[in-house]
Amino acid sequence: MSELLKNIFRFVLFIFVQVFILFKMPPLHRFITPYLYYLYILWLPFSMSRASLMGVAFLFGLSLDYFMHTPGLHAAACVLIAYLRPFVVNMLISQEGAEKNYLSPSITSMGWAPYFTYVFVLTLFHHGYLVFLEWMSFGSFLYFIGKVIATTGISMLLILLTELLFFRKEKFRTNTV
Amino acid sequence: MRNVFLFIRKYSNFLLFLLLQIIALSFLFRYNKYHEAAFMNVAGEFTGRINQRYSKVEYYFRLKKINEQLAAENEHLNQLRKENFESTDGNKKSVLDTVQTDSVREIRKYTWMGATVVGSTVNTQVNFITIHLGSLQDVHPNMGVVSPQGIVGTVVNVSDNYASVMTLLHRQYKVVVKLKNGGDRGTVEWDGISPMFVTLKDIPKSAKIQIGDTVVTSPTSSLFPGNLTVGTIAEIVDDKSSNFYTLKIKPATNFFNIEYVYVIANSQYLEQKRLEDSTRKKFQ
Repeated sequence: MSELLKNIFRFVLFIFVQVFILFKMPPLHRFITPYLYYLYILWLPFSMSRASLMGVAFLFGLSLDYFMHTPGLHAAACVLIAYLRPFVVNMLISQEGAEKNYLSPSITSMGWAPYFTYVFVLTLFHHGYLVFLEWMSFGSFLYFIGKVIATTGISMLLILLTELLFFRKEKFRTNTV
Repeated sequence: MRNVFLFIRKYSNFLLFLLLQIIALSFLFRYNKYHEAAFMNVAGEFTGRINQRYSKVEYYFRLKKINEQLAAENEHLNQLRKENFESTDGNKKSVLDTVQTDSVREIRKYTWMGATVVGSTVNTQVNFITIHLGSLQDVHPNMGVVSPQGIVGTVVNVSDNYASVMTLLHRQYKVVVKLKNGGDRGTVEWDGISPMFVTLKDIPKSAKIQIGDTVVTSPTSSLFPGNLTVGTIAEIVDDKSSNFYTLKIKPATNFFNIEYVYVIANSQYLEQKRLEDSTRKKFQ
C-alpha cells in the first residue's frame, strides 16, 4: 500500500476510534479523558515539510472538532504539535541523517527511549494547550494541572499499548544520504 | 520592500503556524459565545449521518432498556386517562357549545416532536447530543429537549436534518427550575465533576428541603412547560456564609443510554424573548 493511501486510512481510522470508542467509554474521573487520536500526527512521515504537516494537522483536528462540537479546540492543539514536531525530532534523533534512513518516527527508527521521549514531550504540549484553552472558558488552576497530568498518563499508556499491538515494521531504506 | 519579502520567506512556517492558530481560535471563541461556527451546518449534516450509522448498531444493545422506559411512560400516560376518573355528581351533563369563538378555549403553547438520538457524549466538559430532526422538520435553536424521564437540554444548532442539543452536562448550560414542594426557583448548572450529578443554586434558605425532593421545570424558563421532572435532591451543601443553598441534584435522565427524546417547540418563545429584550434595553 502506498504511503499516501495508508495515511488516508489512518486519518479516518484514528478519528473513528477516538469518537466511537474512546469517547463512548464511561467516564472514570473528571480529570481523565482518553486521548489517542493525535498519534496520527506523530506517525506522519519524516519527509513532510513543516507547512504540510501543519496543514494536515489542522484538517485532522478540525474533523474531530466537528464530531465533538468544539470547532477549533483540537485543531489548535494539533497545529501546535505539528509545528513543534520537527524541533523535537531533530533534538532526539540519534545520528545525523537517521531521519533519511527510515520513513517515519517509530520505535525501530528512533529507539525506545528517544521515541517515547518524543511522544511524551508532544503529548504534554498537546494536552497542556488543550486544557489551557478549556481553562480559559471554565475551570480552575487545580483542574488545569490535574487534568494535564492525569490525561497525559492515560494517553502514554494508550500509546504504549497501540505501539505494542500494532508494531510498525520500518524498512531500512538506505544509508547513503 | 525586499527585506519584507525576505522576512516572510524566512519565517513562513512560523507565520503559517500563527495563521492556523488564529483561524482555529476564532472558530472556538466564536462558537463558545454564539454557538455558530463556520461550516457547522454542513459538517453537522455529515457527522450526523455517520453518527446515525453507528447508533443503528448500538441501538440493538439497548432495546431492552428502551422497552422498559416506553412501558413506564405508557403506564404513566394511562394513569391520566379520563376514563379512570368518575364524576361524583351524577346529574352533570356536558353540553357541546356551538358558538365558534370560545373565550375559555385554551391555546396550544407547546408542541412536542419525537426524535431519535444519533450521537452523544458524556465524558467531556462540553457534552452534546445529536438528534435526527433539523430545520426541515421545523426545529430551531432555543427549543427545549426532554427524555421520557426528565429534561435533557436545549437545541443550539441545526442543519437540514440534524440538530445539536447542549445537554445539562455542559459547563455553560443553565436552566431555571423550581422545587416541586414549595415552588422556590433556582438555577441548574453543571460543575463538571461527575456526570451523575448537577448543581442547583440560588434556592433561599427559607425553603423547606429534604433529600429526595423532586426538582421540576419552571415555566419561567420559557423553554419547557412547567412541572417536568429535572431530578431529585441527592445532597444538601449548607454554606454558612450564604443565604442560599447549593444542592446536588441527581438528574432523572440517564445520559448514558438516552435513545429517544422529545423536542418542545414554544410557539410564543420569540414573542416573549422580544418583549424581554426590549424591556431590558429600555432600562439600560
